Amino acid sequence: MATSPKPARPSSQPRRAAVIGGNRIPFARQNGAYARATNQDMLTAAIEGLVARHGLAGEQVGEVAAGAVLKHSRDFNLTRESVLGSSLSARTPAYDVQQACGTGLEAAILVGNKIALGQIDSGIAGGTDTASDAPIAVNEGLRETLLTLNRAKTPGQRAKALTHLRPGQLVPEIPRNVEPRTGLSMGEHMAQTAKQWGITREAQDEIAAASHQNLAAAYERGFFDDLVTPFLGQTRDQNLRADSTVEKLAKLTPVFGRGEGATMTAGNSTPLTDGASAVLLGSDEWAAEHGLPVLAHLVDAQTAAVDYVTGNEGLLMAPAYALPHLLERQGMKLQDFDLVEIHEAFAATVLTTLAAWESEEFCRDRLGLDAPIGVLDRSKLNVNGSSLAAGHPFAATGGRIVASLAKMLHEKGSGSRGLISICAAGGQGVMAILEAA
Amino acid sequence: MAGTYAGIVNSAVGAKLAAQLGLPRPARLRRYAVGAPLIEGPVLVGGLGEAPVAERVGDLLKLEGVDTVTEVAAGERVAAVVADLTEAAVLGELDALRALVAPALKGLRSSGRIIIVGRNPKGANGFAQAATRRALEGITRSIGKELRAGATANLVLVDDGADANVDAAVRFLLSGRAAYVDGQVIRVGAGTPAEPADWAKPLAGKVAVVTGAARGIGASIADVLARDGATVVCVDIPAAGDSLARTANRVGGTAFQLDVTAADAGQRILDHATSRHGGLDIVVHNAGITRDKLLANMDEGRWASVLDVNLGSILRMNEVLLADGGVRDGGHVVLVSSIAGIAGNRGQTNYGASKAGVIGLVDALSADAALVARGITVNAVAPGFIETEMTAKVPFATREVGRLLNSLSQGGLPVDVAETIAWFSQDANAGVTGNVLRVCGQSLLGA
Repeated sequence: MATSPKPARPSSQPRRAAVIGGNRIPFARQNGAYARATNQDMLTAAIEGLVARHGLAGEQVGEVAAGAVLKHSRDFNLTRESVLGSSLSARTPAYDVQQACGTGLEAAILVGNKIALGQIDSGIAGGTDTASDAPIAVNEGLRETLLTLNRAKTPGQRAKALTHLRPGQLVPEIPRNVEPRTGLSMGEHMAQTAKQWGITREAQDEIAAASHQNLAAAYERGFFDDLVTPFLGQTRDQNLRADSTVEKLAKLTPVFGRGEGATMTAGNSTPLTDGASAVLLGSDEWAAEHGLPVLAHLVDAQTAAVDYVTGNEGLLMAPAYALPHLLERQGMKLQDFDLVEIHEAFAATVLTTLAAWESEEFCRDRLGLDAPIGVLDRSKLNVNGSSLAAGHPFAATGGRIVASLAKMLHEKGSGSRGLISICAAGGQGVMAILEAA
Repeated sequence: MAGTYAGIVNSAVGAKLAAQLGLPRPARLRRYAVGAPLIEGPVLVGGLGEAPVAERVGDLLKLEGVDTVTEVAAGERVAAVVADLTEAAVLGELDALRALVAPALKGLRSSGRIIIVGRNPKGANGFAQAATRRALEGITRSIGKELRAGATANLVLVDDGADANVDAAVRFLLSGRAAYVDGQVIRVGAGTPAEPADWAKPLAGKVAVVTGAARGIGASIADVLARDGATVVCVDIPAAGDSLARTANRVGGTAFQLDVTAADAGQRILDHATSRHGGLDIVVHNAGITRDKLLANMDEGRWASVLDVNLGSILRMNEVLLADGGVRDGGHVVLVSSIAGIAGNRGQTNYGASKAGVIGLVDALSADAALVARGITVNAVAPGFIETEMTAKVPFATREVGRLLNSLSQGGLPVDVAETIAWFSQDANAGVTGNVLRVCGQSLLGA
């Protein structure tokens, strides 16, 4: 039913944005089940599943914010185009967000903040990425030649421009998972940090095996029945290996780092993945008006960035820096959280982050704290699996975690709190706190 | 739907050949569309003696702007005949039916309707009246086989004192909603029907749950219930979630990914309907599977899964859905049986068991004093050959035989089953409970 919502009432007192529900499509390995799907196909599917689950067909929500990390230039309005292809009212505004792997969580924070300020009453945050349908571009030399040709006004100028064509310019530009300022892949960066912190192969493989086993168990008990909608014949994450064990993972050859100290394998690093996710947020009133449950509230959020270029800090260490701000603002300790979700970009990312918080030296010298943040009870960490098992379509990971954590907290009971930590390219980190309604 | 055979015999050359060979030619059936008149053309209304139901039907048709006639003038073509034989007590009186209907048959318009109204033989006074009343069934079914061009014949048996409850059945049978209902008996009994404010939205304000709503007949049920005004909770297994989402978004309902065999399925459906939509009025137990094998080769897994999905899950869900605090008073439960549950089917002992069991369940629930007191109706449809993705995979020859072995010489559409279910779900139809209505085009199987 097409309903035109009342305009949101701006309030002088911020309110807490509610996480109402989520939806994602199963994640697929690069060139796997979604090899021919576009970002728009996947984001639209994620939104459609969300709309169906919450009975929002024809509804105008306040705003949809979503994005992709690997993006074609034609997708300049990806989110709005996906909304137009969905069952939402065509009068639903939308915009694109891009903050590398932090995109999905950042989108949720943006929508949540607008709800908190009373600028909108409801919104959808999402993200999508395809490593299969990659935006291959023309060679930079060819691009310059073509632009010169386009600017040429006389036949002579055109002829001259064409003399710059070279056979080598036929080689296309393929996006690579590489930091532009260091030329190193994310894995290579992580390998340096892992070595620096003395993270062992065994510890990484334990994280990876637990991720697969926990995710498989969550699927088995139906945890994802109201979080995932099948897509293109895929009903579960393609990367998931329910029978994964430390012993099997130990057989893999390292792919990042060099020589003796190399510990990072294809098993304890996330694979390139295709997928999309979406989260429904709103005010408590909006949820009640629509007969929808509130799973959790978005309590707080923090971003941080580190100088990884000069080598002072590891590329994926920014979340370690974001946490103290959150703890101080909320008057909390790390140990107060009932659940913690640390995105498994690599198993080593989780382990270095935890090690940093346990390190008196790091907490004192880098974070300026009097005492270390301390040890996290591992039984609270990524209890239903994370990116190593599910896969990591960059911009879709935030939405996956927000929706899953909100449901987990809801199951734990009112007042329980959870922390989300996501590292991102460019030395950035995004964090958020959810509290069960 | 036009199958290969229908395409050939309705082509220019094929039609001529079919006529010469006396082959059946499937007609294009008149189906309901929103805003369509109840029926186009005059309706012959008459009957025996006082014919109290005929009078009632005449008033109804006048209200709907349909012309009625009491006899067929020479050369006149009527669209339907409503023959009230409720007062028939002795065999000789049946001739009134012959005299009324016979002149109308030759000129009956395409997708015409013969509706015969009688009394239930079980309530007869004496042997002669019981025999006379039951005779109407044989007449109706035989007329059904005589009719051509998509016309149907059905019998409505009205209990004494329930004449006021007959309107919904007459409306249904005259309309395109009953396109594939042929040669059937509908029993109308006590109950307190509530007329809708708008007959185009007979389910307005109602909350319905449809299991197995992702595809095929289930998706069509969701479509029709929503078209008739209901808010639809669409349920299917998580693995069918993408199709389910399409159904839910198309009908403006909600998608609920749930395996109906889960122990808590009933409670979760009730909670969902209550929290999202404020309650539950209509339950359509449509989810079902087939795992065919000859009994000689049937393993325990195939046996158990079919019985549990098609029947066991319904029994479990009903414990919650039909308890106090479940479906609201005056609500409606519709189950899906099958011709296989009536006639049996080779290789379908498990499926036939479940679908016959559904009929047993309808019998018991509709007689349950508590449910009767709450005004909850319980009925079932028994689809015949319906054109779905599933039947499209049946081998060509078997499929064509399935299509042709019925009085309408064609398969039905999912929407035909859905229309009957939506009709069972109307508050206006409160007098109809305990019915198992075949939507089969008067199939020869199990007839």
